[in-house]
Amino acid sequence: MLDGTTATIKPREALRINPAKTCQPIGAMYAALGLHGCMPHSHGSQGCCAYHRSHLTRHFKEPVVATSSSFTEGASVFGGLANMTQALNNIFTIYNPEVVAVHTTCLSEVIGDDIPMMIKKATEEGIIPNGKVVIHANTPSFVGSHVTGFANMVTAMVKYLSESTGLTQTQKEANRRLNIIPGFIDPSDMRELKRIAEGMGVGFILFPDTSGVLDLPQDGHYRMFPGGGATVEQIKAAGDSLATLALGHFTSRPAAEELDEKCGVPAALLDLPIGLTNTDRFIHALRNYGGVDVPATLGEERGRLLDAMSDLHQYFHGKRVAVSGDPDHVIALTQFLVDLDMQPAFVITGSMGNHFETRIREILAEQVPDAVVEQNTDLFALHQWIKNKPVDVIIGNTYSKYISRVENIPFVRFGFPTLDRMGHRYFPSVGYMGALRLMEKINDALLDKHERECADEYFELVH
Amino acid sequence: MIELLPDREKQVLRKRAEAPVAEIACNKASAAGSVSQRACVFCGSRVVLYPVADALHVVHGPIGCAAYTWDIRGSLSSGPQLYRHSFSTDLQEMDVIYGGEKKLEAALLELIAHHRPKAAFIYSTCIVGLIGDDVSAVCRRVSEKTGIPVLGVHSEGFKGTKKDGYKAACEALSKLVGTGDTRDIGPYAINILGEFNLAGEAWIIRDYYRRMGLDVVATLTGDARIEDIRRAHGAKLNLVQCSGSMTNLAKMMERDYGIPYKRVSYFGIEDVSAALYEAAKFFPQDPGILERTQDLVRQEVAAIHPQLQHFKRKLVGKRAAIYVGGSFKAFSLIRILRLLGMETSVVGSQTGDADDYRQLQEICDPGTIIVDDSNPLELAKFCLEKDVDLFIGGVKERPIAYKLGIGFCDHNHERKEPLAGFVGMVNFAKEVYASVASPVWQFAPRRARRANISTPLPPA
Repeated sequence: MLDGTTATIKPREALRINPAKTCQPIGAMYAALGLHGCMPHSHGSQGCCAYHRSHLTRHFKEPVVATSSSFTEGASVFGGLANMTQALNNIFTIYNPEVVAVHTTCLSEVIGDDIPMMIKKATEEGIIPNGKVVIHANTPSFVGSHVTGFANMVTAMVKYLSESTGLTQTQKEANRRLNIIPGFIDPSDMRELKRIAEGMGVGFILFPDTSGVLDLPQDGHYRMFPGGGATVEQIKAAGDSLATLALGHFTSRPAAEELDEKCGVPAALLDLPIGLTNTDRFIHALRNYGGVDVPATLGEERGRLLDAMSDLHQYFHGKRVAVSGDPDHVIALTQFLVDLDMQPAFVITGSMGNHFETRIREILAEQVPDAVVEQNTDLFALHQWIKNKPVDVIIGNTYSKYISRVENIPFVRFGFPTLDRMGHRYFPSVGYMGALRLMEKINDALLDKHERECADEYFELVH
Repeated sequence: MIELLPDREKQVLRKRAEAPVAEIACNKASAAGSVSQRACVFCGSRVVLYPVADALHVVHGPIGCAAYTWDIRGSLSSGPQLYRHSFSTDLQEMDVIYGGEKKLEAALLELIAHHRPKAAFIYSTCIVGLIGDDVSAVCRRVSEKTGIPVLGVHSEGFKGTKKDGYKAACEALSKLVGTGDTRDIGPYAINILGEFNLAGEAWIIRDYYRRMGLDVVATLTGDARIEDIRRAHGAKLNLVQCSGSMTNLAKMMERDYGIPYKRVSYFGIEDVSAALYEAAKFFPQDPGILERTQDLVRQEVAAIHPQLQHFKRKLVGKRAAIYVGGSFKAFSLIRILRLLGMETSVVGSQTGDADDYRQLQEICDPGTIIVDDSNPLELAKFCLEKDVDLFIGGVKERPIAYKLGIGFCDHNHERKEPLAGFVGMVNFAKEVYASVASPVWQFAPRRARRANISTPLPPA
């Protein structure tokens, strides 16, 4: 009965059905939570802030705090200056964060509120205490997606905070410190990236960093500002790093370019380190830019992944996959699926950006030249394509579960948001270990369906 | 020690023994910059109308408002599932500049042709209020072209609070009421208002009324059908639960059709019994109704009594914190907890009014903290201060409770078991017991210290 989708595809121009994206501000809010002691602030009406907090809470199962300018009709007519001033005053007086990261909403964008002017005024009026910082990003909901909002807030961190103190190249090389901009990934993933980099002995600054903020142990306390997060000092110092590894064209590239332009830190642009090839590239980059060796333990991790890939390759061969999600995630995963000899037949994102289609086509050029690859589309369209030409497995965020149920197709949850399973909170998708986990999930999903439905004579003990 | 925002001091009070009832400041906009648990006008409208299962729901605005309200309410439908899809005009920059009316009209025509819904609700979001789209005109045109009611919901987020959203939803519904044929409706007919069929609760309640010999014309809006709503004016009585959201409609129906309404609650033995008797007494012409009601209550109570006693023995003396959207629900919860031998130590709501808070003070025990429009820090502080064993709240409160090592019960959209009616009372007791008595809390630091369980942790 959930099936409101027909196989007949009619062109749609004015309508979004079952979106594969959401709006900018939530991305900005998530990025801001990756700053140490940061209060994300939503400059708009209260609902936006409440929705973003609820949605993030459903994904992370963690308390998420943020404040709102609580716009009323008056503010929408006369502008939000009074609300912003009162908000900053209240936030610093009571919650006392290190940083307030302001993002806008469709409402404050349309009325044309000038946030830098408001911050300047608050500074002049002494509302922002000494040593405290207010940054902002413009995140109109009618442009881009949550991915854009994330990228905009990370870029704002660089714009407001990063500084070059004029170290010479020799001094930078002596410091051997890299910046890692991780993209819109889970705290468990950020934790894993840090583990890998630490294991290699690379000095690094990872920002934003939501590990230690949105994956807290239960210790009997509630803290509004947990211990994790990249500090203002670290982001400041990012301007003196040797190079930046920007993971993900859509989420990390803009900040890396800003850092290059502002502080002259060169950037290496990589896909997210999901799967074997992309993790290899990440580790190569860490080795080359950081001037370190790859430790034996990491080589063994890779070896174990490769061993599992060998064990399972016949199960994956030729399996048709529908992939949906955020562009950086989908690009990296598509590469891994190709490594596994699977056939990503439908590859979509709800976000916009030509790079998505270009990069996916590049990855699929040899193995799946006839794949359907589309940006700025939705899960209704994906469902229609699947109805016309079924796939063996669907990989995407929780919202894909409707398609999976209606079409009886195995489903692997991957990406944001995952509202109905717990694994993403603890087990990374990045790195060799993350690839192992993804592979296990895909294999399990395929075999579970086979074993539930096959005739008795084909039901085998050993796989 | 956590301080309260100075602006908020008047929104918190402690019930004192024998003190006169004090005034709590409420019904005011949250201070800008506070971490409020509140939402907006759109949210209010969306939660009220969302469960109308055979209607088309289109969110006119940028994608977020549609994305965050996609199938999150847990309101079940016994038939159509159309309402569980997310339809949006996904407004882009060009639409903001040139207006979104054309896009909206095209979207509606496409969707109505495809899904043939019985009616359509069009939700205006913040931005629509600013760019000046004439949504009413679009609705009128589309309605003429398609022959179905197309109703604009004036739910621009910034134009008030969630309560104003309830009102906008009620206004949209009131346009449907009175347009259907009521000739075959019998003399003992009621409407159920403010019941959203979370986890199938409306089905339980409807069954009670049916057993009493009453006809339920429409349930608003749990598992609702447009045809039923159009005939709702054929009922003789409106029973209104979740008073905050639906009293508006009840008042409109009283004004326009002379249908009286009564506030009821279906949570807890006392309240659900009172609700059923309220309906029965309204129809004294047929004494059979009251008799059947007495039988029903007797049977149902007898059926659940042993189980409740079992849970009460386990729960007696435990303390609870309640933070809910509407305060009317809090009244019921305090009574239910008392029935289970539990104390309510902290109680608050997002949208209670002065009357609600006066009543709360009257029914609370001395020492209870009463709070309006609270935030996580305050809630955590009060929970620890009162050393509660259970938190009853919604999605944003659950992880806070867990971080503190406190049991939790979702009495909001994400409940998985029906908590209404007699059977709901048992489910509630079971759920509370399952969380409060879970062995997991013995490992939580504050309990472990008390139980002398040694944890292999570095010193704090």
